[in-house]
Amino acid sequence: MKLLFTLMTLLTISSCSLYNAAGNAFKTEQVNAWERNILARDDMQLDADPVRTFSDEHIYFSKEASTGGRGVGGGGCGCN
Amino acid sequence: MFNKSRVLFGLFALFIFTVSAPVTAQKAPTFSLDSDNGKISLNQYKNKLVYLDFWASWCKPCRTSFKFMNEIQQRYGNKGLQIIAINLDEDRASAARFLKSHPANFKIAYDPDGSTPGAYNLKVMPTSYLIDKRGNIILTHKGFKETQAPELEKMIAQALN
Repeated sequence: MKLLFTLMTLLTISSCSLYNAAGNAFKTEQVNAWERNILARDDMQLDADPVRTFSDEHIYFSKEASTGGRGVGGGGCGCN
Repeated sequence: MFNKSRVLFGLFALFIFTVSAPVTAQKAPTFSLDSDNGKISLNQYKNKLVYLDFWASWCKPCRTSFKFMNEIQQRYGNKGLQIIAINLDEDRASAARFLKSHPANFKIAYDPDGSTPGAYNLKVMPTSYLIDKRGNIILTHKGFKETQAPELEKMIAQALN
């Protein structure tokens, strides 16, 4: 019985400190929704110009006859 | 030995209690913020149904939500609805520019330090909260799309009845 309680206490204390450590680590990296400001701009997006990306990929796939190369389904006929 | 185990059990119970306690809290955190004329606080609107919205000038869906908020403030204002929109821009000039092109007929408060959104556990911009007369949060609406407006309006009308 004594052993069980000791184990339980140890478990709760260790999970507490682990939780705190993890919480702080994430906090330093996190940008809150209301702090996005510049990150929310169009030219800060991973794909800043979707139309241009579409046209670039169209040309690439047509030249290489490798439709599907970027994860899109297709037959490889080079016709789309 | 009995005493020791009781103390340990107490510690364990206390831990469980502290972990589970915040889940039940639904009271709207109070605030006191600057506005264009004086301070705005939640306590001033205790006899109203408050629609609390968090917005910023760089947030695109906020533009559509302003149109919606203007409409419902006009429609339900005399039935006891008060919209308070908290601006979270770091500089007030960008907020002023936004308000020039998107005029608002409801209360605007300014929180450039971002002290309130954390208390409301804000995860998405914009987010709005419906707060009843007793100061309880009865609805949380994350984001804003024009297609959601009729549903949202229905819930506001229901809360007013």
